[in-house]
Amino acid sequence: MNSAEVNLTLEPAADTPRPLALMPGEDLRGYLLAHLGRAVLFLMTFSSVVAVLLILLFVIVRSLGFLSGYSLVEFLASRDWRPTAESPVFGSLAIIVGSLYVSFAALVFAVPLGLLAAVFLSDILSWRARNIVKPVVEILAAIPSVAYGFFAVLVLAPWMQKEFGFSTGTNALNASLILAIMALPTIISVAEDSISAIGRELREASYSCGATRMETMIQVVIPAAHSGIIAAVVLGMMRAIGETMVVWMASGNATQIPRPWWDVSQSIRTMTATIAGEMGEAPEGSQHRGALFAIGVLLLILTFGLNIVSEYFLTRAKKATGKT
Amino acid sequence: MRRVIVGMMMAVLAMGTAGYAETLQIDGSTTVGPIADAFAEYFKSVQPDLSITVKKTGSGDGAAALIDGRCDIATMSRFMKPEEFQKAVANNVLPVAHVVAMDGVCVAVHPSNPVKALTSAQIRDIYAGKITNWNQVGGSNTSIVVISRDTSSGTYETFESLVMKKTPMAAGVEYVNANPQAQARVRTTPGAIGYVGLGFQEGVKVLAIDGIMPTRQTIAKGSYPVSRPLFLFTNGYPKLGSVVHKFVSFYLTEKGQELVEAKGYVPLTNY
Repeated sequence: MNSAEVNLTLEPAADTPRPLALMPGEDLRGYLLAHLGRAVLFLMTFSSVVAVLLILLFVIVRSLGFLSGYSLVEFLASRDWRPTAESPVFGSLAIIVGSLYVSFAALVFAVPLGLLAAVFLSDILSWRARNIVKPVVEILAAIPSVAYGFFAVLVLAPWMQKEFGFSTGTNALNASLILAIMALPTIISVAEDSISAIGRELREASYSCGATRMETMIQVVIPAAHSGIIAAVVLGMMRAIGETMVVWMASGNATQIPRPWWDVSQSIRTMTATIAGEMGEAPEGSQHRGALFAIGVLLLILTFGLNIVSEYFLTRAKKATGKT
Repeated sequence: MRRVIVGMMMAVLAMGTAGYAETLQIDGSTTVGPIADAFAEYFKSVQPDLSITVKKTGSGDGAAALIDGRCDIATMSRFMKPEEFQKAVANNVLPVAHVVAMDGVCVAVHPSNPVKALTSAQIRDIYAGKITNWNQVGGSNTSIVVISRDTSSGTYETFESLVMKKTPMAAGVEYVNANPQAQARVRTTPGAIGYVGLGFQEGVKVLAIDGIMPTRQTIAKGSYPVSRPLFLFTNGYPKLGSVVHKFVSFYLTEKGQELVEAKGYVPLTNY
């Protein structure tokens, strides 16, 4: 009985040239190669993890000198950003508000548009057409941001001045519109994936209860896919908040909070643009450089937070559709 | 395939050894960069085995690179700051300044603007937010869109020290990151005022400041209020006859003057 069982398990193993778990005694060369391969792969994976940690550490360490020597309240609550003045003031409130302002405004444009496009791609367009349209939408993500920036400055800005009578064309609206276009491919792609993943059964069950296509979409499919859709929105927001070149070119970079707050024709400045624009000339070891690193820390905290939120919803979306 | 790879490797090796012969690292200002580029191109055409890299990251980065010994020449559109000097000396680097050319910062408005001249006090008040409409300085009833270069540009620092005189700029001032972009914004915005380098006057209207137009003569003489020298910084005075020495004294030659002029700056020599 026992020996027969052993034979049964050994027989297929005899067909494979090498056993799966190598012992050094069986095949020394294979054993060493397998472990060498593992070590190399481990080092490569590990290096990217270490890179992330080192970047985090580097930015935090470089900002410590500033954060310990400057009033944190003034840094976070003052609107005055005058880094090169005789008695410099580093108030980042207007800059933080600017980043959030353009990101949320971009979402106002991009979320309805992206969601509708995702529904259209997943449920209305024929499969064959979808397979052409979706990659084209994703090409939007491949256009370099500086090209969007040129479009914003040379086309959109003069057009806004002429058509809307804005005194300046590089403003919050301009930056938000461009960021919305840049966030669209992410939002459409992730939302479409999660809406398609809901599957036929749920839709057919809804139709069989007499629901129309629109009712099915709004009351069944979208609620079922909400985790994935939220993840799509958060990922789109991350794209908008981390974008540098476009906001640097399109937003006007005035260090102010628009007053009244809904006046999108005023120019605005973001955290990324401030770092990119001022790092080159901030003297090494100066307070100014430290302040820019401190803004970098804030930006990292923001994007890490958003990343965790999107991971959470993406995992939930996968669990909900039973795909892991 | 293997032959191609071997060939490529040999080419890389050859480049490596050629670069070993004589190299010149130049780092710094985006304003002085074009002059350094033009000089470098000419030097390479005369001496093909010379390898010169010109980086344009900003005057502050140039100073930092010279202090760390990462470059032979730092191009700067401002003089070194006291703290940079102290850091350099502490690092056993003795910065020596060579003025390579003069640059003027032009204040420009949209061509349709009737205003022809402003005083530096008026310009200061516009950038400080005290004057907000063109009718306050003799123009039409249009609100002023104030455009500045980014605070990391040498042009900004020149403008700030020569015009603003430490008066802070208003919060509503817009910042753009390059001369061509400032020019484009002024050209397309009817109420705009901005400042650009001498070479960027096309399509915009340049104003006289305190009654003086920015021209080659007024800038070289220093009578135009917003003119500044452009520097090359070296560690000590370079050994006579070395490549570095040839490079930092090249502006004295006729060819050097021609290149400086071609880039839109004002030469110090007059051949």
